[in-house]
Amino acid sequence: MPIRTGPIATLFAAFAALSASFAAADPVTSFTLDNGLQVVVIEDHRAPVVVQMIWYRVGAADEPRGHSGIAHFLEHLLFKGTDKIGPNEFSAMVEAQGGDDNAFTSWDYTAYFQRIAADRLDLVMGLEANRMRNLRLTEEDVATEREVILEERAQRTDSDPGSLLSEQMRAAQFMNHPYGIPVIGWRHEMEQLSRDDALSYYERFYAPNNATLVIAGDVFPEDVKLLAEKHYGPLAPTADLPPRERSQEPPQLAERRITLADERVSEPYVFRTYLAPERDPGNQAEAAALTVLAELLGGSGQTSVLARALQFDSQIAVYSSAFYDGTGIDDATFGLILVPAADVTLETAEAAMDQVVADFLKTGPDPAALERIRMQIRAGDIYARDDVNALARRYGEGLSVGLSIEDIESWDAALSAVTEADVMAAATKVFDRKNAVTGWLTRPVAEGEASE
Amino acid sequence: MIRMIRPLFAFMVALALPAQAEINIQEVTSPGGITAWLVEDHNIPFTALEIQFRGGTSLDAPDKRGAVNLMTALIEEGAGEMDSLAFAEARDSLAADLSFGSYDDSVSVSARFLTENRDQAMELLRQALISPRFDQDAVDRVREQVLSNLRSNEKDPDTLASEAFNALAFGDHPYGSSGDGTTATVTALTRDDILAAHKGALARDRIYVAAAGDITAAELGTLLDTLLGDLPATGAPMPARADWLLAPGVTVIDFPTPQSTVLFGHAGIARDDPDFFAAFILNEVMGGGRFTARLMSEIREARGLTYGIGTYLATLDHSEMVLGQFSASNDKVAEAVTVLRAEWARIATEGITEEELATTKTYLTGSYPLRFDGNGSIASILVGMQMEGLPIDYAVTRNAMIEGVTLEDTKRVAARIFLPEALHFVIVGQPVGL
Repeated sequence: MPIRTGPIATLFAAFAALSASFAAADPVTSFTLDNGLQVVVIEDHRAPVVVQMIWYRVGAADEPRGHSGIAHFLEHLLFKGTDKIGPNEFSAMVEAQGGDDNAFTSWDYTAYFQRIAADRLDLVMGLEANRMRNLRLTEEDVATEREVILEERAQRTDSDPGSLLSEQMRAAQFMNHPYGIPVIGWRHEMEQLSRDDALSYYERFYAPNNATLVIAGDVFPEDVKLLAEKHYGPLAPTADLPPRERSQEPPQLAERRITLADERVSEPYVFRTYLAPERDPGNQAEAAALTVLAELLGGSGQTSVLARALQFDSQIAVYSSAFYDGTGIDDATFGLILVPAADVTLETAEAAMDQVVADFLKTGPDPAALERIRMQIRAGDIYARDDVNALARRYGEGLSVGLSIEDIESWDAALSAVTEADVMAAATKVFDRKNAVTGWLTRPVAEGEASE
Repeated sequence: MIRMIRPLFAFMVALALPAQAEINIQEVTSPGGITAWLVEDHNIPFTALEIQFRGGTSLDAPDKRGAVNLMTALIEEGAGEMDSLAFAEARDSLAADLSFGSYDDSVSVSARFLTENRDQAMELLRQALISPRFDQDAVDRVREQVLSNLRSNEKDPDTLASEAFNALAFGDHPYGSSGDGTTATVTALTRDDILAAHKGALARDRIYVAAAGDITAAELGTLLDTLLGDLPATGAPMPARADWLLAPGVTVIDFPTPQSTVLFGHAGIARDDPDFFAAFILNEVMGGGRFTARLMSEIREARGLTYGIGTYLATLDHSEMVLGQFSASNDKVAEAVTVLRAEWARIATEGITEEELATTKTYLTGSYPLRFDGNGSIASILVGMQMEGLPIDYAVTRNAMIEGVTLEDTKRVAARIFLPEALHFVIVGQPVGL
């Protein structure tokens, strides 16, 4: 199904963070053009394929207040046409060469990519460079595409009670930081997004000095440099790019609790998030410890601490997990989720989950479990080399949130270096209920029925 | 264990890709007679292995519906001397990825393992396939997970739509019901049922294997016999051909949601039909996975009625369909259905244009070699080709078959595979005016 884009952060999106985030052994080269465009080349000569990704350092957390969804809406509109590319011709031109293209938006970045035969790189670089500065939009394009994003919201969020709960919880987790705004946008604000909103945002943020270009696959850095200079070199930078300083969270003093009752819910669950630190340039140790902590607590459906306690030693839950993804500019979240067995209430399930965490804080990690995770980290590095698209994404994302290439490449070393003491220190700090949001997804209580 | 082996090489095929690389597909036959397709690539020290057993959940007896699915979910839950936890710890210590899936026509095994501990990883997989324990506590625990999924499915619009569509189209044939089973059948399954499902589904007479990565043909030959040689020679009988029972019409399933989910289609065309490639091109023009496809252009880009719409040719082992799916707000879905019907009628009578044919051929032939871009993707393509009964040189000849389709072919086949009068729509939601 052809799906152009969407907010990539959904409830379960961060589960696979560990296995897909280790540095490559493949040659990586980087250089910067005179106009400020940073270029990264990842070589993989096994197949004659190339992927081009352009990552703009702007996302939903950079939107003007009251215009939620504009970053993602603009991403849709980038396919409409330019001074040289006819309406809706962009994808057609890529497809005519056997390529595929798409895009995605998150809080910290907006990215566009094409995957095509390596000898067609010149063409797609020309197309992508052209739409960085020369977008043409009609009122009609904007009106029709606004209907598409509203349908997208209906499909991905409004039709799914779990997505609605996550959206509400996020808004409660971030009381002051724009991470609390959904990437897709709040419906009432999406309905008002205009052509002017889109163009002013575009002109300010879509510039070579606000972007990272990643070219990965069967290419050589010297060839990519020539092409980058030819296509992107002539583009003018934006002179007065603002620093990415978002309003920060105040001290969070009280746990927030949310219950979303919806008749479309079949399996109720309890979902807890804690505010957690993100990866910082030059200092990834705590984020690495949190990543390992999530893996220990909920990474495996069999051997993790939660699964073992709540699915094996007792039959409280049918599913449990823990997750953390620290790749962002500002604060991240650490999450726990539990789907109780059919005859177990959410109250009982939540208490059992908290008991597991409390016990873990007393006993600490099993050294053998930590050793298995280290082995998987090392293997993950090998498996990752099979997927050059994922590698390109890792570099593009990391650089877009302010990490350096060195940070990205030393991430697996940071993970491997995590000790039992590091895990305990990170756990003790992160499991603070004052920083937490607890969500219950339930069915409505029918009349005459006792509440849980 | 050391044994001397001489695998037989029946074929070696070179697929020319647009630039300099090419890919060599070898057919390896083990001394014990098990065949696999292999692409050797020693750049990265791991191997991707894909195994498919034909049959899948359609082998279930009606009163044991869900047995193959539950059995597949239990393969990793303890084997040989290891209980569930011991098995998982052994697997994670080796950093081997093993996954098992059950589908209408197959049970699949996907494995990824490091060269440095290949023998240990394969011994673990061997035990899982040959001597899974199916301990009662594991059966009960995983059964609860399956029952939880079944309850979720009852509130999931996509699942409600496909289950209703399949029930109308296939009735009592296994395709007419979910391979996950029902609450009643899954609750009633015993350990003996699981053992019987294992014996019936995982047998050597229905096995297809592909590997890609850091392994030689000789090593793979040994591995095949070690891994699979002790499976039973024959398994359960395959189901019969499924009769197509779905009459034209619209079925609405009331569900409280702002957006309707729509599944539509009618009978289709077989994979080995001489007109298959013409149909494949037509489907790509109509509803293929691209933004320029007619339905995406007309229903999303021009009218903003949906976020995404696609169609595909479903070629099952015992039936074939032309299927499509989209979601649209309850107040827009009637208009979307009207546009869709008009497009269905237009392509059936007019076919496609010379330009559409040319650009679609360029896209399909240009994008095909891009799929072979890693060990994991290559292994899964190769096993899929075998399941479809394609020859080992298919990767080389496929683009020529696309190129060979003429405008006359597409016009003739369009009238054959797009049947506006036969369309049936299953709509889950609260559509206005339908």
